[in-house]
Amino acid sequence: MIRSRFLAGAALAAAATLSLTACATDAEPTAAGGVDAATATSLADFGTLADLEAAAKAEGALNVIALPRDWANYGEIIDLFAERYPEITITEASPDASSAEEIQAAENLAGQDTAPDVFDLGLAVALTSTDYFAPYKVERWDDIPDALKEESGLFVGDYGGYMAVGYDPDAVPAPESLEDLLGEEYRGKVAINGDPTQAGAAFAAVGMATVQNGGDLDDFQAGIDFFEELNAAGNFVKIDPTPATVASGETPVVFDWDYLNNGYAAELDGQRNWEVVVFDGTGYAGYYNQAINKDAPNPAAARLWMEFLYSPEVQNLWLKGGARPVLEQAMVEAGEIDEELYAALPEAPADTVVPTAEQSDAAATLLGERWATAVQ
Amino acid sequence: MSSSTVVTPAVEPRSAAAPRGSTRPVPSRRARGGTAAWGVAPFAVYVALFLVLPTVIALATGFVDEDGAPTLDTVAALGDPFVLRGFGTSIALSAVTAVIGALLGALVSYAIVSARPEGMLRSVIDAASGVLAQFGGVMLAFAFIATIGIQGGVTVLLRDLAGIDIFADGVWLYESPGLILPYIYFQVPLMIIVFLPALESLKPQWAEANATLGGTTATFWWRIGIPVLWPSFLGSLLLLFANAFSSYATAAALTSQGQSIVPLQIRAALTSETLLGRENLAGALALGMVVVMVIVMTLYALLQRRADRWRR
Repeated sequence: MIRSRFLAGAALAAAATLSLTACATDAEPTAAGGVDAATATSLADFGTLADLEAAAKAEGALNVIALPRDWANYGEIIDLFAERYPEITITEASPDASSAEEIQAAENLAGQDTAPDVFDLGLAVALTSTDYFAPYKVERWDDIPDALKEESGLFVGDYGGYMAVGYDPDAVPAPESLEDLLGEEYRGKVAINGDPTQAGAAFAAVGMATVQNGGDLDDFQAGIDFFEELNAAGNFVKIDPTPATVASGETPVVFDWDYLNNGYAAELDGQRNWEVVVFDGTGYAGYYNQAINKDAPNPAAARLWMEFLYSPEVQNLWLKGGARPVLEQAMVEAGEIDEELYAALPEAPADTVVPTAEQSDAAATLLGERWATAVQ
Repeated sequence: MSSSTVVTPAVEPRSAAAPRGSTRPVPSRRARGGTAAWGVAPFAVYVALFLVLPTVIALATGFVDEDGAPTLDTVAALGDPFVLRGFGTSIALSAVTAVIGALLGALVSYAIVSARPEGMLRSVIDAASGVLAQFGGVMLAFAFIATIGIQGGVTVLLRDLAGIDIFADGVWLYESPGLILPYIYFQVPLMIIVFLPALESLKPQWAEANATLGGTTATFWWRIGIPVLWPSFLGSLLLLFANAFSSYATAAALTSQGQSIVPLQIRAALTSETLLGRENLAGALALGMVVVMVIVMTLYALLQRRADRWRR
């Protein structure tokens, strides 16, 4: 016992020495060929992908934060990166943190080796946190639709999907519209992923209810009204759905992104049936965004991670997780998309809406005022 | 529950003064004071670092805006209907569970006070209370989910065997009223810990005096028992209130919607990814909580002073 503790202490001391030495070398320009990785805005600044890889391997580390392994196939993506670049140690911090907490982590850990290198953010947080980002345009920049990227390269959409309803066909009848969920068969069974005044996915659930309940994105009141009715009917269950609550049958109906609902289905394969439906009519879409921390302790590795995420191979891995990759159209045209996975995506609704920054702000304020009362 | 509430059993050690006539040299007052001051230094540092400093920071953040400029806006936000309802729910929940916990705990204490202090019954209840009073947070929430959650053991048994659906009118366990049950679970044992010593301080001589003077059991309680015990009882009640008021993890693990109580509103203000830039509201909310706690603890200190009269 004592011996192993001593060894652990020695290992810690060794690790500390190593990281101190790492600090010392960090002060020098890291990239090969004298490029300062921290200010590089595109692959061309490094030269070739091989040069970027060399610079990233020299850093030897990558800090990611708030990437749940069961979220849109992130687990497989991280594992692929680790397999391809064994020289780079990936540190996965707080997988369940919120987007706002990612920015707080960057602020609290600024200047330290443990600060996050890259962010994965909801749109609202991305829009208000641009001071924290370093501009960088990935090689496939031009293939990304204009609506889904910040023009100077501060942040860029990566994967997204439609707000959908997942349900257990053995516990409830298949819902065909929002109205159906108000029925007797759904008593105490309908959950949404988080509180909409806190979590992006839950916010989108109210947005979807808004457009499906006769409202539009300028005013989320129609969506709030729907959940108020759902609550009054005793159908709303106020528990955060997770694969565990789905497996135990506590949350037989879940409002969540279609790729997350697909994730539940994949994870519970063999244990519980899980169907995913995107209601007809207007669909509500949302994309998550990638950004690089401007104070990234491993600036080259951060940029390599970005190039990696926007490679067709990884974009197809989003698809495997049931999410829509941002390069979808370009990859279809170039024949790079995995046809089988692409065909398995739920059919997109006739109309699609995505809230603008202003609509998003107004909705957040409204939810802050009304939500708690509506679902009390 | 926040296990941070340090529970001080309301017992005073029996007089520690040296017996009169003892030949043991008594250290001079000054020397004793000096050593004592050094002795509490670590505690003083602890209090400064973990109580005073955070309080000052919490108070300060309530009075500055996002850019650090002084403002009263965040404190004014305490008047927001959403925040007021949070304080209302928090205070109501704490009061209800404190009263129920105090009454149940007092009854249990009364039932076991006459048992032999070294006996099996007392040891078991003492030990169990000590453990259960600290059994809070996510563990407790999980215990409740596993027993009376939607698919909990008891829920399923009741539904399948007796045909009773405890959630027929909606799943109340995950809403504010559903918090009452888990809170009482840790309030009752805490009450036993703090109230039992007060009950023990009722001296048998008082009962004998009452009997000698022709009093009945009723007169004993009316004239002696209740007047002696009420400050302790009210003090314990306040402690229970404070305990529930500062609880966070149980509620956080059980309910995810509406942010009904203040500690959950503080979390929302800090971590929300949809309503941004409200970090300072968290400071203002903490300020509000500190004010409530200061009032409760002042009352507690006053009542303890009264209660101590009878324990000398």
